[in-house]
Amino acid sequence: MATTASSFMDSLFQRTLDDLIKGLRHNLIGEQLFISKSLEDIRKEIKSTDLQTKSIALEKLTYLSSIHGIDMSWAAFHAVEIMSSSRFSHKKIGYLAASLSFNESTEVLLLITNQLRKDLSSTNEFEVNLALECLSVIATIDLARDLTPELFTLLSSSKVYVRKKAIAVIFKVFEKYQDSVGVCFKRLVENLEGSDGKSMSAAVGVFCELAAKDPRAYLPLAPEFYRILVDCRNNWVLIKVLKIFASLAPLEPRLAKRIVEPICELMRKTGAKSLLFECIRTVVTSLGEYESAVRLAVSKTREFLSDDDSNLKYLGLQALTIMGPKHLWAILENKEVVIKSLSDTDSNVKLAALRLVMTMVSEDNVIEICRVLLNYSLKSDPEFCNEILSSILFTCSRNFYEIIVDFDWYVSLLGEMSRIPNCQKGEEIESQLIDICLRVEDARPELVRVGRDLVIDPALLGNPFLHGILSAAAWVSGEYVEFAKSPFELLEALLQPRTNLLPSSVRSVYIQSSFKVLVFCLHSYLLNNEAHIPSSSPEKLASGVPDTVLGDGFLEASVITAPKSIVESEHDADFSPGASNHGVSVENDGEDVIHGQTSLSVPLEKDYFTRESIIKLLDMSEMALGPLLESHEVEIQERSRNVIGLIELIKQEITGPLVKKETDDMRDEFKALNMIRLICDGFSEELGPVPVTAQERVPVPEGLTLVENLCDLDTIFADMNLLTQSSLILGTLNLGETTGGSLSDLQTKDDLEPATESTSLLSEHRKRHGLYYLPSEKSNSLYNAYPPANDSLLQQNENDHVDDLVKLTEQSLVPKKKPSHAKPRPVVVKLDEGDVPITSRKLESEENLLSGAVRDALLGNEDKSTSAKVPCGKSSSKRIEKGKQSVDVPSESNDNAADKGKADVGKGSSRRSKGRGKERKHKSGVKGGTQREGNGQRENLKSSRTSKHKTHHGAVDSVNVIPQTPVIPDFLL
Amino acid sequence: MIKAVLVINDKGKPRLSKFYEFQPPEKQQELIRSVYGVLCSRPENVSNFVQSNQLFGLDSRLVYKTFATLYFVFIFDSSENELAMLDLMQVFVETLDKCFSNVCELDIVFNFSKVHTILDEIILGGQVLETSSTEIMKAVDEISRLEKASNAMTLVPKSIATWQSR
Repeated sequence: MATTASSFMDSLFQRTLDDLIKGLRHNLIGEQLFISKSLEDIRKEIKSTDLQTKSIALEKLTYLSSIHGIDMSWAAFHAVEIMSSSRFSHKKIGYLAASLSFNESTEVLLLITNQLRKDLSSTNEFEVNLALECLSVIATIDLARDLTPELFTLLSSSKVYVRKKAIAVIFKVFEKYQDSVGVCFKRLVENLEGSDGKSMSAAVGVFCELAAKDPRAYLPLAPEFYRILVDCRNNWVLIKVLKIFASLAPLEPRLAKRIVEPICELMRKTGAKSLLFECIRTVVTSLGEYESAVRLAVSKTREFLSDDDSNLKYLGLQALTIMGPKHLWAILENKEVVIKSLSDTDSNVKLAALRLVMTMVSEDNVIEICRVLLNYSLKSDPEFCNEILSSILFTCSRNFYEIIVDFDWYVSLLGEMSRIPNCQKGEEIESQLIDICLRVEDARPELVRVGRDLVIDPALLGNPFLHGILSAAAWVSGEYVEFAKSPFELLEALLQPRTNLLPSSVRSVYIQSSFKVLVFCLHSYLLNNEAHIPSSSPEKLASGVPDTVLGDGFLEASVITAPKSIVESEHDADFSPGASNHGVSVENDGEDVIHGQTSLSVPLEKDYFTRESIIKLLDMSEMALGPLLESHEVEIQERSRNVIGLIELIKQEITGPLVKKETDDMRDEFKALNMIRLICDGFSEELGPVPVTAQERVPVPEGLTLVENLCDLDTIFADMNLLTQSSLILGTLNLGETTGGSLSDLQTKDDLEPATESTSLLSEHRKRHGLYYLPSEKSNSLYNAYPPANDSLLQQNENDHVDDLVKLTEQSLVPKKKPSHAKPRPVVVKLDEGDVPITSRKLESEENLLSGAVRDALLGNEDKSTSAKVPCGKSSSKRIEKGKQSVDVPSESNDNAADKGKADVGKGSSRRSKGRGKERKHKSGVKGGTQREGNGQRENLKSSRTSKHKTHHGAVDSVNVIPQTPVIPDFLL
Repeated sequence: MIKAVLVINDKGKPRLSKFYEFQPPEKQQELIRSVYGVLCSRPENVSNFVQSNQLFGLDSRLVYKTFATLYFVFIFDSSENELAMLDLMQVFVETLDKCFSNVCELDIVFNFSKVHTILDEIILGGQVLETSSTEIMKAVDEISRLEKASNAMTLVPKSIATWQSR
């Protein structure tokens, strides 16, 4: 008694949804507070025994959940209770709550099966509607399985209102419970054929979804779709049918041939832009081989492009994008519009236009297009600017800079890009600078020039987006300092005070580069002195080292094409430490004799490398790096310590002897030379790109057991990882420097100590095992490691030439010749296996589980796991099982079912074989018919309507037997 | 299929949200916020399409249109036609207009359940089922009539409630 009274009071003073909304709008106490207060009320009210109170509470809660994101999963059971109310208004509230908040993990779903079943079988179509709507959202495997019979009945309901909704829901049910396909497919197809527009439209919608996932299974229904395409006047339906054909046509050329004409007809006649666009899209995606259709589509696309409506313009551009790869002419024809669209106010249009412009890029126009784009990027907003930059970077670097012929141009373009104020593509530019440097030898002088311009500009140091680029620039100019016009100014730039704005990882690259530059300067200076010793020195001849050539080569930048190789050869000649020392000492002795002459001529030789300038250089470096010895960053501290250490050594040698006798001076300088040369050798090893698979290709030595699980290392390296990440500025190539990693061929480079022994051992080792320690499968594996970029026949000659060059430089003493072509494309080093862009490996896409299941169901194959590859006998036995199963379905008429093939209920194999036989007959008959063409075909299409059931059957069967090539009888098409 | 239908006002407040693939409430709110973020940054008189791959996953498209103070947003996949979705949006708004005669934001605010009923007549489980606003109205009227009939008994507390709220 008390409870009823209280519930009455509750309902009397209960706020309705309207009150709640009004309260929220007046917002007197703040939204959050109001909501939590209301929630308190709701929690109380929802427990009420009065369904009216309860339903209003639930309605409010649903509102709060849907609009304000309040969790309502706790009220699931109350929703179930209200759903089961006999009063329609309550039921509606309950169903709304359920469809907005239930999901597969809602536990009470188990309880609503019976309620749904009851409502689905209700005589009130609106109650059925509620249940269907709810089921469309919350269908689970269990619900789908348990309610399949009800849906089966509804699919042929006399009420269109219910039927069309059941059709939409059946799609969800198919997705969840594949076996329902066997039961309901036939009725779905009936709706496709039926006279009622609404049901047909709904069924077409379902097939559109199904065909998008796995088109092949629906090929047998092509005649139905064709009929709709030709007869239907409803644009909605036509759009969907076109979508179905777009996925079917690529599978069956004969089908494509049939539909081209009707689609073109639609394109010409229709006034609806949506349908027109769908036609265009269908043609360009699936009917690309039909020239006339494509032409028509392109001309219609042009109408879109010239339209003022930016929607149409955007879609027009999209259509062009789809055509792009196959029909480049279509884009070229509309070039002006596309370029103009780059300055559209609509960012969608701009982006689409940009993408199109990039598809137009080829070897011939890349320079021109990039210039235009760069101008646009200067004018446009930061976001689009970067969009432009990244697409230029992407397109140009595609497939190892395939479209770039003039690398000098591209490198300076990269430099220009870095200076664009809004540029945020530092990382990409950085990696490309280094990548090109490693791959394209001919581009190095220009790279060094660009790098110098970047490094020298103090303004750039302040922009954090450019730090990556600067680090690349610093590395390039240090590594290839021999191409620099003035190493002095480079050193100055690398050590300028504003470098303290750089992050430590970049700064350490700067320091390392300055080290290289310094060593280069010293080396040049010292060699310069030496160079003036008459080359007739007998000892020198005996040692066979063309030092004079070397000295000159280093000094005259124009002559230096491949000084590395010389250095290397020299290095190889005396790689044994003992021999080398001996050799040098002999030289020293020899030069001792004529020192006076040499020292006099030095200052006259070259302005750069005078004693004074070198001393200045050393002082400057010392001053700049001195303070860094105190740095807290290990990288910086250590590297500057290296440089300072060298300076201290050299200074003693060079500045000390000012007061000494000249002979001593010279001897000391040669000692210095010796030392510097060793360091220089360390730096002179040629760097090349290393394939990602390099490590894998190193054979595991015998007797070495590799620990599979490296977990215990995690703890050791926990803090180290951070450091590595931040210092991986130069990607793999600096690995040796930054992490002291396993790429020992790179390591030599960084061996800062005068490690004669290790250097020479390494080079010996390298000689024996090939450049990268890769197992030499073939005798010419060295060339395989560096296959040239251009494989085309046209460039074959050049390639040969290049191969020869590689050979020469490898063995060799002779400086590399440049190819004699007017403007040849430089060699881009590619590593065939390892360098494959990783994206291309991601191709393996797992087969969609659902589509497989649907196909299996369509094929009448019960076994989900074996997909279509089931031997005939086995599958037929399965079919019998299936037959048993669908007998459960009460109202199914057996005749019909057997006829229909899809829901092929087991009538035994004899019947099926009959069907197949018939199909064959049909097929042969029809082949004649098609040859007669015209009317004959049309008739066939009609006649196929009558015999279609067997056809389906036959087609499905044949698919089952030969899964690879499903035979679609001609008369279907 | 259609993935979601949203109505958001020009201040970013959601007025209607219907997701055809379940999303937990927090995720719904987050999506609504990010959609609004994209929409309000777009200038007027530009195309009605927005790239929505980051928000709704690959192969998803977003079409929106502004009606007075409201953004109507449809999110769908490649099985739908972009322009047809714009038309469908028009159908939806027309129907609302018929239903509330000269629809405004307030109508949608205060008729939570009815707006859902209308939407459910047009789209079910992500499939477009009805595109004629007359047909939709017929069904919606039928449903309201049924609701009223079943509510007839509870007229008293309801009237008190409305009286109390004045």
